[in-house]
Amino acid sequence: MPDMAATSIGPVPVAAKARRSDAERQEARAGLLLSLPAILLVLLFIILPVAAVILLGFTNFELGYPSFEFVGLDNYVELFGDRTFMKSLWNTAVYAAIVAPMSIFLALGLAMLIEAEGIGRSFFRTAYFLPVASLLVAMATVWQYLFHPTIGPINTMLAMIGINGPNWLGASNTVLYSLSIIGVWQSVGFNLVLFLAGLTAIPRELYSAAEIDGAKSGWDRFRLVTWPMLGPTTLFVTTISVINSVKVFETVKTLTEGGPNKASEVLLYTIYQEGFVYLRVGYASAMTVVFLAILVVLMFIQYRVQDKQVHYS
Amino acid sequence: MSPNAFTLGRIVRLSILSLGALLFLAPYIFMISTAGKAQSDIFTSSLNLIPQHWFYAENFAKAWSRVHMPTLLFNGVIVCLMILVIQVVIAIPCAYAMAKLKFRAAKAMMVLVMLGLLVPIHATALPLYVAFDRVGALNSYMALVAPFSISVFGIFLFLQFFRAMPDDLIHAARLDGMSEIGVIARVIVPNAWPAITAFSIFSVVAHWNDLYWPLIVVSDQAYATPPLGLLYFRAAEAGDDYGALMAATLIITSPLVAAFLIAQKRFVEGITMTGLKG
Repeated sequence: MPDMAATSIGPVPVAAKARRSDAERQEARAGLLLSLPAILLVLLFIILPVAAVILLGFTNFELGYPSFEFVGLDNYVELFGDRTFMKSLWNTAVYAAIVAPMSIFLALGLAMLIEAEGIGRSFFRTAYFLPVASLLVAMATVWQYLFHPTIGPINTMLAMIGINGPNWLGASNTVLYSLSIIGVWQSVGFNLVLFLAGLTAIPRELYSAAEIDGAKSGWDRFRLVTWPMLGPTTLFVTTISVINSVKVFETVKTLTEGGPNKASEVLLYTIYQEGFVYLRVGYASAMTVVFLAILVVLMFIQYRVQDKQVHYS
Repeated sequence: MSPNAFTLGRIVRLSILSLGALLFLAPYIFMISTAGKAQSDIFTSSLNLIPQHWFYAENFAKAWSRVHMPTLLFNGVIVCLMILVIQVVIAIPCAYAMAKLKFRAAKAMMVLVMLGLLVPIHATALPLYVAFDRVGALNSYMALVAPFSISVFGIFLFLQFFRAMPDDLIHAARLDGMSEIGVIARVIVPNAWPAITAFSIFSVVAHWNDLYWPLIVVSDQAYATPPLGLLYFRAAEAGDDYGALMAATLIITSPLVAAFLIAQKRFVEGITMTGLKG
């Protein structure tokens, strides 16, 4: 016994310390080795290209020309006088302003109905979620048929009740709304699944407690329990929905190519055209920087809201 | 009020849900119906869901012959599979190291991951395209896969999941003499299947559907992925041959839809998990 006491106060701690720092060094080496491939790939495929885009945005680089020079802020000056680009920013904002709120509130409403309903839960979830799992380019083609001005089922149905249906995707005053319908149809299911998970996680007792405290109407219960408890889910769904609608591209490329008359020109489509069709890489890079700035601002807003949010869980 | 009684509220609720479901499923109904119609049928009676002349065989034959469907589907599967395997193999060790090991680069890596989450392929596409063009790598599986070899989202998701794993499990494995690689392969991975499944679904859905990047780096039909192939098909069809178009659409959408219908529960769990952790 005295022996052990002696050793535990004596030289052992030093040895243990040395051993520990040895182990620490080994752990640090293993950690670095294990994450090295990921670090290199992040640098190669994310950090480096982003730096390159920012740099290229200050040049007049065009693919196919051997040399390029720095032109300072010329691209940005040109951008804000470029009517196509301004139109494209505006259209993207309008599209996002329709699709994001619609897909959030439709999803929330449907999720609450499904949650309250006993039967058909999984059937409804499947039905609304199916568009998320479907190839958007393919389903866009189906929507093109549905929207066809003369032979399309939508206008045929409208004609039956005496309404002369619009040329949905072919007229400049309706094309953005038609694309928004497709956008909402495609994104509701995703939000719905998230809201359903959020709703299921709300403890039942809270509702009975609210009822005892005088929350008699369904609206009161929603306002006092459901909405605040869903806060984090709603915030996440909102961020994702806004970002995804700012990134609209597939339907535009497939169905309208930005037309008619640039009425459906959206941000990513304009970048695609400038950069990969006209090959004006420098100019398109400046556009990309604007696109990235929008994403950064959106994320920043999300963080700010998240910080202020009260957490109930 | 028994829960099974059909009160007015329930009838209203069920009606809204059913009508909504019908609206959401309508495109599929019309797709299946129109894929079986002859051209004349489509022009005269778009609301008859049952084709008057059974034209499925003709339309499918047309869709199958205009664009090489097996190639498209094969490319889609190969590209998604390669992306998924590389992403998982790269992300899991990194996430494990960040969650359970102390090393100096961990903090910097966390910053890189948070920054990376912000940057979609659309933002990096221009320089990557220029680089691939310079090294003559356009029109290859390499070009389709390489930019997605790293998924910061994957690292983020696995990191959250690994942090919740008990340290004792790992210590015990180390005491048994396992190396860090051994710990990952025999302790971490077997316990991380829910996260791996969730991430797989997320990754495959995203890359099976992606049009932007394939459109940029592929101009050769031999490397076309399903969305790109459908775009070619539409260009070649150039007109109102909706029968053939719907048949092509049906062929191309069905693999993922079938996968979803079979593994529905996993899909929903996956989306919930990736959603709530992301």
